[in-house]
Amino acid sequence: MMQVSPDTATTSLPIGSDADLAWVRQRVRQTAAELGFGLVQQTKLVTAASELARNTLVHGGGGHLEITPLTTGPNRGLRLTFLDTGPGIRDIEQAMTDGFTTGGGLGLGLSGAKRLVNEFDFDSRPGEGTTVTIAAWVSGLPSPRAGAG
Amino acid sequence: MNGGPFGGLTPVPVLALGDILLVTLQGELHDGTAEQLQEDITHRIAQGNASGVVIDISGVEIIDSFLGRILAEIASTARLLAARTVVAGMRPAVAITLAELGLTLPGLHTALNTERAMDLLASPRSPVQKGT
Repeated sequence: MMQVSPDTATTSLPIGSDADLAWVRQRVRQTAAELGFGLVQQTKLVTAASELARNTLVHGGGGHLEITPLTTGPNRGLRLTFLDTGPGIRDIEQAMTDGFTTGGGLGLGLSGAKRLVNEFDFDSRPGEGTTVTIAAWVSGLPSPRAGAG
Repeated sequence: MNGGPFGGLTPVPVLALGDILLVTLQGELHDGTAEQLQEDITHRIAQGNASGVVIDISGVEIIDSFLGRILAEIASTARLLAARTVVAGMRPAVAITLAELGLTLPGLHTALNTERAMDLLASPRSPVQKGT
């Protein structure tokens, strides 16, 4: 996925507290607005970022987010990579299921975030950590709604 | 703004209008602030004469599953303490996102604005009471 060359400007943000979550949401919104994402797309992207950043904080024991603007031809997009070095996720299929939770939330974090963006990639190794990458394109194709009933 | 990215946690004010508690959420809400609000509202209902709670979220730019859960829990806790809760003024982009996220929050009563929420709570045959 995402066989495009990213712009050089990747921003890295720490995720270590709930103040960081607020900062992540602000920075993602700001970057998405600058790239020309509409209000609904911005809201979906920021919401997905908030879910994933909270996963990084709660399940991964903290980590960081890389924000990368993308360009292919006339298309503009945004890639967000959430990295942690926490315990990892043993059963990815289970973790992606609506309603599955170990963290006291509603269990919509991963599966919900996936529905809000155009691209979703997930890599987790027990004992080593988890990397979740999402991407969205300005006025791109509708989200594939993978996992939606 | 409720506390900046670098600010401390400023509690959200809970106003009393007659027997209604009115809470206005604005901008970025830290997780800790939201949890504090849940406690504050619960205590206010338990101590006072509040029969209803209106939460104005017209200034809220995103609701993720954490804040959604807090809102749902405030409503269920209030119900257990004999008070009704109406969430007012959700932005269209937030509603679209919540629906796509799969977070439709059944049991959470909504109104388009604070005035309608007040009317809803004032109505003796309010659908809120019936839990529809």
